[in-house]
Amino acid sequence: MRKLPQDFAISSQKGLLPIHESAIKHVTGQAIYIDDMPEWPNELHVATGLSTEAHADIVSINLDKVRAYPGVVDVIVQADIPGDPDVSPVLSGDLMLAGNFVHYIGQPIFAVAATSLRAAKQAVRLAEIVYQPREATLHPRQSLERQEFVLPTHTIQCGNATEAMAAAPRRIKSDLYIKGQEHFYLEGQISVAVPNEDGGVQVFASSQHPAEVQKLVARVLGLPVAQVLVEVRRMGGGFGGKESQAAVLGCTAAVLAVRNGCPVKYRMPRQDDMVQTGKRHDFWNSYQVGFSDEGEILAAEYDMVGKCGCTADLSDGVVDRAMFHADNAYFLPNARISGYRGKTHTVSNTAFRGFGGPKGVLLAENVIEEIACAVGKDALDIRKLNCYQAGKDTTPYGQKVDDDVLLTLMEELEASSDYRARRQAINAFNKQSPFLKKGLALTPVKFGISFTSKHLNQGGALLHVYTDGSVHVSHGGTEMGQGLYTKVAQIVAKAFGIDYQRVNVGSTRTDKVPNASPTAASAGTDLNGMAALDAAMTIKGRLQEFAMEHFAIAADAFAIEDDQVILGSETMGFPEFIKLAYMNRVSLSSTGFYKTPKIGYDRKAAKGRPFLYYANGAAVAEVIVDTFTGEYKVTQVDILHDVGDSINADIDIGQIEGAFVQGMGWLTSEELSWDDKGRITTNSPANYKIPTSADIPEKFTVKLFDRANSEESVYRSKAVGEPPLMLGISVWCALKDACASVADHKFSPPLAVPATPEAVYYAMQAAQNHKAGMNGEVAKEASL
Amino acid sequence: MQFILNDELIDDNTLPSDFTALRYLREKRGLTGTKEGCGSGDCGACTLLVGALEDGELRYSTLNSCITPIQSLAGKHIVSVEYLSKAGELHPAQQAMVTHHGSQCGFCTPGFVLSLAGLYENAQRAEQSIDREAVCDAISGNLCRCTGYRPIIDAGLSMSDMASSVEPFTELMSQNNQVKTQLESLQKEPKHSRNYLQPTDLEQLAQALKANPAATLIAGGTDLMLENTQRYRDFDTLIDVSCVAELKQLHVAETTLTIGASVTYSELEAFSKTQYPQMNALLSRIASRQIRNRGTIGGNVANASPIADLPPLLLAFDADIQLLKNDGSTRAVNIADFYLGYKQTQLAKDEMIASFDVSLDKLAQFHRFYKVSKRMEDDISSAMLAVRFAVDNGELTDVRLAFGGMAATPIRGRKAEAALTGKRINDEHALNQAIEALRSELTPMSDMRASAAYRLDMACNLIRKAWLELNGTDVVTFSGHAVSDSILSTGLEASTHA
Repeated sequence: MRKLPQDFAISSQKGLLPIHESAIKHVTGQAIYIDDMPEWPNELHVATGLSTEAHADIVSINLDKVRAYPGVVDVIVQADIPGDPDVSPVLSGDLMLAGNFVHYIGQPIFAVAATSLRAAKQAVRLAEIVYQPREATLHPRQSLERQEFVLPTHTIQCGNATEAMAAAPRRIKSDLYIKGQEHFYLEGQISVAVPNEDGGVQVFASSQHPAEVQKLVARVLGLPVAQVLVEVRRMGGGFGGKESQAAVLGCTAAVLAVRNGCPVKYRMPRQDDMVQTGKRHDFWNSYQVGFSDEGEILAAEYDMVGKCGCTADLSDGVVDRAMFHADNAYFLPNARISGYRGKTHTVSNTAFRGFGGPKGVLLAENVIEEIACAVGKDALDIRKLNCYQAGKDTTPYGQKVDDDVLLTLMEELEASSDYRARRQAINAFNKQSPFLKKGLALTPVKFGISFTSKHLNQGGALLHVYTDGSVHVSHGGTEMGQGLYTKVAQIVAKAFGIDYQRVNVGSTRTDKVPNASPTAASAGTDLNGMAALDAAMTIKGRLQEFAMEHFAIAADAFAIEDDQVILGSETMGFPEFIKLAYMNRVSLSSTGFYKTPKIGYDRKAAKGRPFLYYANGAAVAEVIVDTFTGEYKVTQVDILHDVGDSINADIDIGQIEGAFVQGMGWLTSEELSWDDKGRITTNSPANYKIPTSADIPEKFTVKLFDRANSEESVYRSKAVGEPPLMLGISVWCALKDACASVADHKFSPPLAVPATPEAVYYAMQAAQNHKAGMNGEVAKEASL
Repeated sequence: MQFILNDELIDDNTLPSDFTALRYLREKRGLTGTKEGCGSGDCGACTLLVGALEDGELRYSTLNSCITPIQSLAGKHIVSVEYLSKAGELHPAQQAMVTHHGSQCGFCTPGFVLSLAGLYENAQRAEQSIDREAVCDAISGNLCRCTGYRPIIDAGLSMSDMASSVEPFTELMSQNNQVKTQLESLQKEPKHSRNYLQPTDLEQLAQALKANPAATLIAGGTDLMLENTQRYRDFDTLIDVSCVAELKQLHVAETTLTIGASVTYSELEAFSKTQYPQMNALLSRIASRQIRNRGTIGGNVANASPIADLPPLLLAFDADIQLLKNDGSTRAVNIADFYLGYKQTQLAKDEMIASFDVSLDKLAQFHRFYKVSKRMEDDISSAMLAVRFAVDNGELTDVRLAFGGMAATPIRGRKAEAALTGKRINDEHALNQAIEALRSELTPMSDMRASAAYRLDMACNLIRKAWLELNGTDVVTFSGHAVSDSILSTGLEASTHA
């Protein structure tokens, strides 16, 4: 007989949660990212020539000097693409290379393949392109005025907002311009394409959606999808930026690879990445809210204009999600929420952790801060008053918020963070401190979990058990640092009852799991973990069946616990048992599948249940501001967050902290800037500032809310990727609170987003001016 | 051109002058643990630890390899992440990062590991413990987009525990006697390639300049190399002035502090720590630890950026700049006369900055530096004020108000200075007149860092802040460090009362 493999050693690590599966590879530099893969001697490198006009017809293109540049091997324009040049993820309009028309500065017009990236970059500058410029729309306000949208407007309504607004005792009408955010994944966009012997191609992509890269590569090459293989082992960060917009790199590299019969790498240097790829949408939100003298919201009318950029990309879902989260944690009895998909001649904005949600949540929290000042109450009291609770439990789109997690969680954090005492202390501090002012805010988040595109709510897995008892699982999800591979391995180990170390998660490949959804919407573990669980249970069922027959035992006499197979009164090691099953011809491989139950949203009626459940959390932030300059420090943050029954608390806490800081960065130091030609001026980390270690508070605690998911999610856990990003809003609200303190909280001054020192300084000035202009009279400015 | 890469002695004369250390490791050696995150020295994913002999001792410091020419590291010991773990045993920095879940996507991780390893090694040598400020300082040039830093800071704080709980790990430095010996012999007979010259004294420098009149000068290269990595410019011959002994002087003579042009920010930061705390505080706000280890004072001034931070400081002290001509002759120019226009200076084509002379008397007078930027660490100023008040008998006898970010060049507010000079220190009317004057003489612009209006408001407010400080009023200026408990409880600095 052929030899079966030897068993492998399992080290004792009991009681400890598994660390990130790549942690040791990360710290030793052994983890391989695409740019680290060995290069073939004939490998070519890509750079693209970019539009310098925001909106223009191309009159002529002369690429002679580009072609003649030393090292240049190939230059292509749109006409050289063998298949369809459209690389849009959902609709149309995103072109691999522009034709005779451009609609943003930074749009690729031609691509160069050269023997080095440096030669390619030097060559593209020699292009001579003549444009006939057209008028450009650069601001979402202009989009609305000109009614220029990438997709139709959608409106959600409940009750009668117009009547309730008219009847409300008090009203606030204002607007809030929310700037976007650069992803700044540390690993820039990259793909390597390697042609195969059949005219097909293998693509190594840094993508959250390998199935889409596969589909689009096939489309630009005019090939069947089955001829394209896409593999993703890991990304150096994604955050949504590699959901749809990674595909164009794979497509460009693939076209050049097949044309030239050699491997081609397309890596965007940081500046190209910051110019050429989409970001978090800006939103221009105008709002009117009606409320009682106690601060209870009676009516809300919100107009939310997303700056989608030049094409639809994923903007439909982004604007929908912004609308679905404009209530955040608060009951709106009468509401009209309209979401506009503003078209601008700027790079097409895309998914970014939270996917529109943060723009709704920030609007909601801004409204709360303003109502609190208007009625002279602590903002936390307004939050609790309006929070979803029994009798006030239906969202504007008709989904019930049927557990009482939100209020309980907020009250638990209120107590554990000593909110009330700190508020007192801060008031006292602000009274006696002339130059420094403190601010405090407790803000909640309620985030809907499921893709709002129903069909994406499916997951697939492929699982093999080998004869030494080792298990290989592959699934449709991608690893971008969030610990998905670790969690799926834990789920498989738990499902089998075996040690975690027996499970190996392989890289994500389109030939193992087909048609997979993007790893997005926080749903990676929910979908792929469930699919892996399904596959594991299928095999475990076969093993049980085999055991019953082979050992003549009852079904309940079979179990696998603590890495041991229990067979009635006997036990057997897992590898030994698997060998036995193999010798008795039991199939040890299975696919697994999952589709999220219960969900559905009727777009026509604007009602339904888009989400399986909500993930919840709250944060208290305290800040101190220097009134001379508007500079500030975040001095304390306490977070309580709901991840259901945590699969891996270390990983979940890492997600919460990281998301919080990313959300804080969005609202503080990270400021996108564009000139009046539509050119992005923040095109490098030298002028776009994400937080550093010095920006996080020394007092920074994160606790997990102790309650299982009431829905049947994988091991009753909850999604964690995106929701805590919105906890960063507590910092913005605390800054607004500090500014309001200058006017004795009788006026909540408008605070720009992001709240840079400059923005905080001018908000303080506004509060100061307001106070000076009031001559001690009681504020009535907020109500009409 | 010779250096030691991890445990290998390398001798290579085939490299372009501007070939970066990052590219060398990744493309020539297959050492891909070191990553390119930005290519501009802003993210730290490419951080390396570099050992150099200083006074017979091996000293390690971090740098951004993406903007460092590999040839500038001749005669040094380059440590990349691949070298830190031995036979499966992790360095305490690595073990601490694993234990505290300090990595998520992992792309920035090798850079953090090297910054932390450098901190650990230096603390071990100095027998110092590591506090939070030290950790944040060490990783000030390392960006992480996943973790939110808390676990990385915790990792940094617990490295010493790792050393005792993991198998005894021999520190990098103590095991490096062999490296030391090798470097000593490299230093004795330095070899340079023809396209990258690294003179060690003025005589060699003069020869190098004479033989290569078209060569470009480079010191730390933290700005020049952006031409190479961001604008894809190829340099021919580079003459590296960072090792010229005469340009490295940093000393106090009878009446003068002399700062050589090739003194790095980190060197001046260490030098100023006890004697010149205000200068030290400003230096700690300039760029990141990695950049400060490479960038030079001369470069900051010669670069002539209107938003550089040292020109206002030097303007506040009326520093004299010693200029050195290629023929060996020198001349002195006062910094107030040095800047002619945007990115234009008095420097002739055949001149370079040799040193700065600062009067000790003026250094002893009241002075403050305020830097305002969107982010505390590693950011370029939106607005910067350097102020010096000479006081005699309650009267302001000499006033300097120097700004960054307020005009096309670093600039003094001369009308405002005049409005205060000769007035009592507590004359608020004079202060208001000075502020009024400022509004007419400063011409800031709006850009992605700040609006013109904010810049002007900052100029005015910071003068008021300085004036309040001069008059003994307690004001607080934030830094990258945590706000102290005394400020948090009272709004006042405890130390000013000590």
